[in-house]
Amino acid sequence: MPSRPKSSRVDTAFHATLVLAGLGVATVLAGVAWEVLSLSGEALSKGGIGFLTGTTWDPVTEEFGALPALYGTLLTSAVALVIAVPLGIGSAVFLSEIATSRVATVVGVLVDLLAAIPSVIYGLWGLFVLAPLLREHVQPAVQAVFGDFPLFAGTPLGVGYGTAGLLLAIMVIPVITSVSREVLRAVPETQREAATALGATRFEVIRGTVLPYARRGLVGAVVLGLGRALGETMAVTMVIGNRYDISASLFAPGYTLAAVIANEFSEAFSPHYLSALAGLAVVLLGTTLILNAGARLLVRGVATGGARKNGDRHRFSRKSVSVPISVPSSDPGKEAPDGRP
Amino acid sequence: MDALEAVRLRPVSPRLGRRRFADRVFRAAVFGAVIVVLMPLAAILGTIVVRGAPALNWDFLTSLPKPVGETGGGVGHAILGTLILALGGLLMAVPVGVPAGVFLASDRMPRLAGAIRMCADVLAGVPSIVVGMFAYTLLVLPFKQFSALAGAFALSVIMLPTIARTTEEVVRLVPSTLTEAALALGAPRWRVMLKVVLPSAGKGVAAGIIAAFSRGAGETAPLMFTAFGSQFLSFSPLQPIAALPLVLFNYAVSPYDDWHAQAWAAALVLAALVLAGNVIARFATARRSS
Amino acid sequence: MSLASILVPVPGRSDAPRQVVTPPPAMTKDAPRTAKMVIESLTAYYGSHAVLRNVSLPVVERTVTAVIGPSGCGKSTMVRCLNRMHEIIPGTSVSGRVLLDGLDVYGRHLDPIELRRRVGMVFQKPNPFPTMSVRDNVLAGWSLTGTKPPNADDVVENALRRAALWDEVKDRLKAPGGSLSGGQAQRLCIARALAVQPDVLLMDEPCSALDPIATARIEELIHELASTVTIVIVTHNMQQAARVSEFTAFLYMGDLVEFGDTAGIFTRPSDPRTEDYITGRFG
Repeated sequence: MPSRPKSSRVDTAFHATLVLAGLGVATVLAGVAWEVLSLSGEALSKGGIGFLTGTTWDPVTEEFGALPALYGTLLTSAVALVIAVPLGIGSAVFLSEIATSRVATVVGVLVDLLAAIPSVIYGLWGLFVLAPLLREHVQPAVQAVFGDFPLFAGTPLGVGYGTAGLLLAIMVIPVITSVSREVLRAVPETQREAATALGATRFEVIRGTVLPYARRGLVGAVVLGLGRALGETMAVTMVIGNRYDISASLFAPGYTLAAVIANEFSEAFSPHYLSALAGLAVVLLGTTLILNAGARLLVRGVATGGARKNGDRHRFSRKSVSVPISVPSSDPGKEAPDGRP
Repeated sequence: MDALEAVRLRPVSPRLGRRRFADRVFRAAVFGAVIVVLMPLAAILGTIVVRGAPALNWDFLTSLPKPVGETGGGVGHAILGTLILALGGLLMAVPVGVPAGVFLASDRMPRLAGAIRMCADVLAGVPSIVVGMFAYTLLVLPFKQFSALAGAFALSVIMLPTIARTTEEVVRLVPSTLTEAALALGAPRWRVMLKVVLPSAGKGVAAGIIAAFSRGAGETAPLMFTAFGSQFLSFSPLQPIAALPLVLFNYAVSPYDDWHAQAWAAALVLAALVLAGNVIARFATARRSS
Repeated sequence: MSLASILVPVPGRSDAPRQVVTPPPAMTKDAPRTAKMVIESLTAYYGSHAVLRNVSLPVVERTVTAVIGPSGCGKSTMVRCLNRMHEIIPGTSVSGRVLLDGLDVYGRHLDPIELRRRVGMVFQKPNPFPTMSVRDNVLAGWSLTGTKPPNADDVVENALRRAALWDEVKDRLKAPGGSLSGGQAQRLCIARALAVQPDVLLMDEPCSALDPIATARIEELIHELASTVTIVIVTHNMQQAARVSEFTAFLYMGDLVEFGDTAGIFTRPSDPRTEDYITGRFG
């Protein structure tokens, strides 16, 4: 075998280094899953399905059931989505379809700022500004209108599922807005032109062609937002009320998976207690991973379903939202029709 | 309009008035959505400044906390701790994240790259509290000791996917003509990568690193049971260390008004740190692409 | 026939709606033709840059008018001014008048939304709506605007027949609009434009993304449609202009250099720039 030139061998070594680093990323993910699973093994095998359905959380008797925390996580995330989806997608539509490019740039930067604020600051604001505001003004007013409606029953405390959901909505909106905006940007200008030339108003163009074209990507944006809402810890911990219970009222205090872990993990000195908290992490991880995988599939469906834009697929990751670096993409619609080569 | 024009304007869409009205309502609604979305931003930043500024002074930025009951004291140890933790996180995340990003952009072994890209995205979606638990089991439990090292490691796990994907994105933006020109001159791939591609993508990579830094600096949950927090100035990687978000959280949920005031001041400092990082990263990318 | 025989409708005079602007010369073989649209001193801007300067020409009813010229000469802009599609691009503006049946389309009596129903458009690249079926694509002009045709099935069949696509798609009307080949997709776009019964059909280089066979098909179709619809077609392919059109306008760097019947333009161009262009000396 003829000896290969030196540069080629260096090349191979260089490439191997890159591959190794890539595998490092995969290893870290596998490590997270493995460590948390193995730590939770005891609680999950002992509790079985009862761990998921149990409603008691008692470190003294070591009886652990995750249901109230899972309920809190799902309920607060649902409240967040109900508020954030129309506002987030509506904003994205404004930025991509209605606003002038200057306005869109400025507002886009502001929305990215909203995404960059650390969650503990959201929590601080939620605890000292939002919660008192809701307790003293909003919640009594809602109760005056709806009376004994179970969704709004109970003493107005300011903290609880509803407050946590509202705070989560504020935190999730930038995610939904940024990703939706990218998705809408990927809708070809020719689609808008076709509808406009048929005599549709801007509203009809957006409703009839732009949104249907982008719908899977928009669903992906919403699911990415949901992923952030489910995993959010600090802000929720500060306004959820910390009561391990299941209540139908949005005004009632509750708990979420992440908040239980945050509050109790450093105090958990018995192995079984620690294992149960890891079990909550597994439930949380499972829920977010399933949703993230689903979102990726949906978004990829858009990328292959017509909105082909080179290298755009990966821009829909959560990362590109939490890191507000936008790479300006040329907008074919802004070119002169005769300006093409 | 006279009779003739009325005839010529045969009514092809009789509901025109209603449609134009719906169009206007729609535009107003999405504009309203943007206003509603921006209101919390104004409210949060406004409150931080109004409540945080009074407690903010040189002493607050540099001194250590005083025991409960004594007024004064500062968060100097926590600012330093946050910088140490975030830099430590970068020290671990950059050597893996940047080459991983270069690999993802290289388009060699596309299937493996696809799998790793997916891993990076899933890792980015892992709740930060779970990352903290991972670092705890790996670096705290075996040594029975909260440590700055564990905290920095937790932050590095959070930074890693950000750095890898940003690097991939900016390396992809380097024109292939540039690479091809260098390859055509007979330069080996690794040299082209190190001498041509990375320098021209350098600002973008740096922007990604700064963004990862500022995100790491703002994280609280992964530090709660790794770095844990401390009342003292610490430089030891094997001892617990204070961090600004941790101090902010502990002060906020405390019952003391004085601490609440300090929490707001800490929030102002933290927001300034994190947003400054973001602005720098943004300017770096903006200049690069212009 | 020559330009001189074109009748230009004059707005606002109910006693004399159509007036012969010039007497018909002896060479006219048909009855006098009327101008469906009249462009008067049209200037179009992107920002402060005029891409079209002071263009005036008539568009004769039920004929094909071709607009030719080198890239960037303003021909797309010109047709986009006819249905006010030019103005949807931010920073653009227009001066001059465009008359449709004697009414200024930039006047206050005609809404651009209303105008675009009467002046349809087919684009350079086939752009069927991928989320709609073939049938729904044809009906898009109705469904998007929240209206319903009296008999949808007839409208679909009629439009598809006129676009010479009916036989190819009648068995798969429910298939997605994106599933057709390039040539079929472009004919679907033509059917979609025809379904709302426009008076004028604007075609902006409709064959530039198609292969020669599909192109021949569309050209044939344009010929057939000219008996019922007024067509303005932009093309940078001079052979195409010569094949399909009755009148030709030659634009060069934003100016209308020459307008006349196609045969005349191609055999006896009066301007040296036209001659240079059609003989391939530039562009």
